Amino acid sequence: MANFHPFVVPFVLGTIGLFIICGYKYVRWIKQFDRKQQKLIKKNMFSTRIFPAIKEMFNECLLHLRITKKNWRLGYMHRSIAFGWFLLIVVGAIESRIGIKGPFHFWCAIFYRFFHHNPPINGTEVFFTQLMDLLLLYVLSGIFLAFVKKIHSRILGMKRTTKHTVMDTTVKVALWSIFPLRLLSESVTARLYANGGFLTQTLGDLFSRPVAQALELPLWSLYSLALCIFFLMLPFTRYMHIFTEVFLIYFRKLGLRDSVKMTGYTKFELSACSRCGMCIDRCPLYNTLDINDVQSVYLLRNLRNLEHHQDILAAGKNCLMCHQCAEDCPVDIDLMSIRRISRDKGDTDMADNYRYLDPVKGFNAIGRVAYFGGCMTQLTPTISESMKAIFEAAGVKYWHLDGDRAICCGRPLMQQGFNKQAADLRRKVSELISSCNATALITSCPICYNTFKHEYHLPIPVYHHTEYIDMLIHSGKLSVNKSDTTFTYHDPCDLGRGTGIYEQPREVLKAIGQLKQISAEKENSVCCGMNLGNTVLSLDQQTKLRDKSLQILTEPNPDVVVTACPMCKKAFKHGTEANVKDIAEVVASSVRNVE
Amino acid sequence: MANFGFTIKKTRSFNLSQADLRKVNKLLEEVPSYRLCIGCGGCTATCSARQFTDFDIRKVHNTFRRGQYDKLAEELRKCMLCGKCTLVCPRGVNLRSLIINMRQLLTPSNETF
Ligand code: SF4
Ligand code: SF4
Ligand code: SF4
Ligand code: SF4
Ligand code: SF4
Repeated sequence: MANFHPFVVPFVLGTIGLFIICGYKYVRWIKQFDRKQQKLIKKNMFSTRIFPAIKEMFNECLLHLRITKKNWRLGYMHRSIAFGWFLLIVVGAIESRIGIKGPFHFWCAIFYRFFHHNPPINGTEVFFTQLMDLLLLYVLSGIFLAFVKKIHSRILGMKRTTKHTVMDTTVKVALWSIFPLRLLSESVTARLYANGGFLTQTLGDLFSRPVAQALELPLWSLYSLALCIFFLMLPFTRYMHIFTEVFLIYFRKLGLRDSVKMTGYTKFELSACSRCGMCIDRCPLYNTLDINDVQSVYLLRNLRNLEHHQDILAAGKNCLMCHQCAEDCPVDIDLMSIRRISRDKGDTDMADNYRYLDPVKGFNAIGRVAYFGGCMTQLTPTISESMKAIFEAAGVKYWHLDGDRAICCGRPLMQQGFNKQAADLRRKVSELISSCNATALITSCPICYNTFKHEYHLPIPVYHHTEYIDMLIHSGKLSVNKSDTTFTYHDPCDLGRGTGIYEQPREVLKAIGQLKQISAEKENSVCCGMNLGNTVLSLDQQTKLRDKSLQILTEPNPDVVVTACPMCKKAFKHGTEANVKDIAEVVASSVRNVE
Repeated sequence: MANFGFTIKKTRSFNLSQADLRKVNKLLEEVPSYRLCIGCGGCTATCSARQFTDFDIRKVHNTFRRGQYDKLAEELRKCMLCGKCTLVCPRGVNLRSLIINMRQLLTPSNETF
C-alpha cells in the first residue's frame, strides 16, 4: 500500500478507539437527560443560539480566555497546548493535502514528514514547513511550562496543583512525550532528507547520518505509540475534558441547567472539569484550615468515577457553599449545584410537609411592601428595627411579614439535600407571600434573598435591603448625612457571589461616610465561616475562618466594619474589638431628620 | 374542675438497660459536640418551628438520647433546618448536624451515593 508503514497502526487504532468510546459515552449521557433538559434540546437545537456557542467554544476550549484573565501565565500554558495543537492539526491537514503524492490517508497528515521526503522548494512549501515548526515550538513551550508547573507551581502563580491519580499521571506522561517525540522524529528525518524547517532541520543536523538512520523508525514508532496511549486513555482520565467542554458549552447555551438529581447534563459537567485546580487556591477550607480533600475538583472526580462512596459523602458535606470555587472555575461549571446533588438525601418522605404554615395565610398588605427579615434577623433585632426606621423616614408603607414568627426560606434544607421537603416549604412560603398582596418583598438576609430570587417564582419584585436602601437614596426619598466615619465592607457570600450585588452597598456607604478598600473584596471576599452550607465544621474551625475574614476587614483600621447579612454580623461581633454593624443600622443612624 | 393552667405530666418511665442505644452511640460519634448539651432548652425557646407548633427540639434530642425513638421521625419533619437553635446554644452543640443525623438514623434514606 502506498503511503503506509506498519508504525502508523497504533495511531490508527488509537484514533478509532477514541471515537468509539467517546461516542458511546456521549450517547449514554444524552439518554440520561431529564425531561426538561430533553425538551430544551429539542426546542433550541437549531436556533441561533448556536452562534454564541461557537464563539464561546473557540474562546474557551482553544484560547482559554477565562483562565488568561485570571492568570495569564497559566492561560498561556493552556492556550499554547490547546490552540497550538489544534493549529498543528489544521495546518498539517492543509499542508499534507497539497503535498502528498498518491493516495491520501488521514494518518498522512500526522506523519507528513515521513511520507513526504522532498525538501520544500516553492514558496508555499517553505512557508508551510516553517509555519509547522513554529507551531510545534509554540506547543512545546506550553508543555515546558506544564512541566515547570508540576515541579514548582508558584512560578505559574498557583499555590498548589491538583493531586492526581495514577491513571492521570500515566496519561500525562504520554501527552508530554508526544511533542518532544514529534520534534525528534521530524528532526532525524530532516537530517536524512533535508525536509525540515528552522527548528527540526537545525536540531536534526546535530545528529550524524548513521545515528539518524538508526533512530528514524524507532522514533516515529514511539511517536505513534504515544498518540495511541494518549487517545485510548483519554476517555477514562481528566483529558476527557478536551471534547466534553465543547458539548457542555453547547448544551449550556441551549439553556440546560442542573436538576436536583444527577442527570446526563451533570455527567457532561463532571467530565468537562480539567482538574486545573483553580478551585483550590481560594477555598477557605484549604487556605485557613488546611483541609485538602474536599474541594470541588476532588468531589467532581469522585462523583465521576462513582467510587469511594464514603469519600463522596464526606467531601460533599464539608463545604461552606461560599461560591468561591464556582466563581473561579474557568469552565464555569455549576459547582454549587453539583455539591447539592452530592448531598441528595433521596425522596423517602412523600407527605406534604409544613402544613402548619397554612393558617398563617390571609394577611392583607395591599399597597404596602412586605418586609421579610428572615430567621436569622430574629436573632439580630436591631437590623429589623433599623429597617423599620428607614421605611418610616422614607415614608414607605410596610408590613413586617415575619415579625413575630420566623419562617425559613428553605435554603438550608435545599443545601443539605432534603429536596422534597425544601420544595414543600417553598410552596408554603410562596403561597403565603402571594396571598398578602404586597407590592414588593424586601429581605434583610442574603440567604433568603438568593433563594427568593433563584428558586421562587414570586409575582412581586424582590429586593435585598442594600438594594432597596440604595434605591431610596437615589430617588431622593431618603436623605442621609455624610460624615467622616470610615467603613470597610464585607461582601456576604450569598449576596455577592450568590446574586452579584456588589455596587449598591458601596454606593450607600459612600453616601454616608468614607469607604476604605480591603485586600480581598467583591468576588474574592472571604466567607465569615458561619455559612449555613456547612454542618460539619467545629466551632473552633469556624472561629479560625472568621478570624481570617476579620483580619482582612480590620486591616485598614475602619471605624465600623459593615456587613449586610445577619449571620456575618453575628459571626464578626464576638471576634473583634472593632464596631460591627449591618448596613441598615449605619444608614438608620445617619438618616437626616425631616422637619 | 377549675383549670389553673397546670397539668400533671404522665410519668415517662422506661428501662434504660433495655433501650437500644446503638443509634445514640452513632449519633454521638457523628456529632461529638452533643456530649456538651446541658439540657437548658435554649434551642427550644428560639425554635422557628415551635412558633407555629408544639414541636420541642430539646425533648426530641433528649428522648432520642435515651433510646426512645418512637414517633421522633414524624416530629423531626416539622423542623425547617433554619439553624437558629445552633446559633443560640450556649454549649456550642451543632444542632443542625444533630438534627440531620437523627433524621438519617431514624429514616435511613436512599442516599444517592
Ligand atoms: S472544577 Fe473548575 S476550577 Fe476546579 S479543577 Fe475543575 S475545571 Fe478547574
Ligand atoms: S464552596 Fe467554598 S468552601 Fe466549598 S469547596 Fe468551594 S471554595 Fe471551598
Ligand atoms: S453569614 Fe455571610 S459570609 Fe457568612 S456565609 Fe452567610 S453570607 Fe457568607
Ligand atoms: S440549647 Fe444547647 S445545651 Fe441547651 S438544650 Fe439545646 S442543645 Fe442542649
Ligand atoms: S433548625 Fe429546626 S429545630 Fe432548630 S430552630 Fe430551626 S426549626 Fe427549630
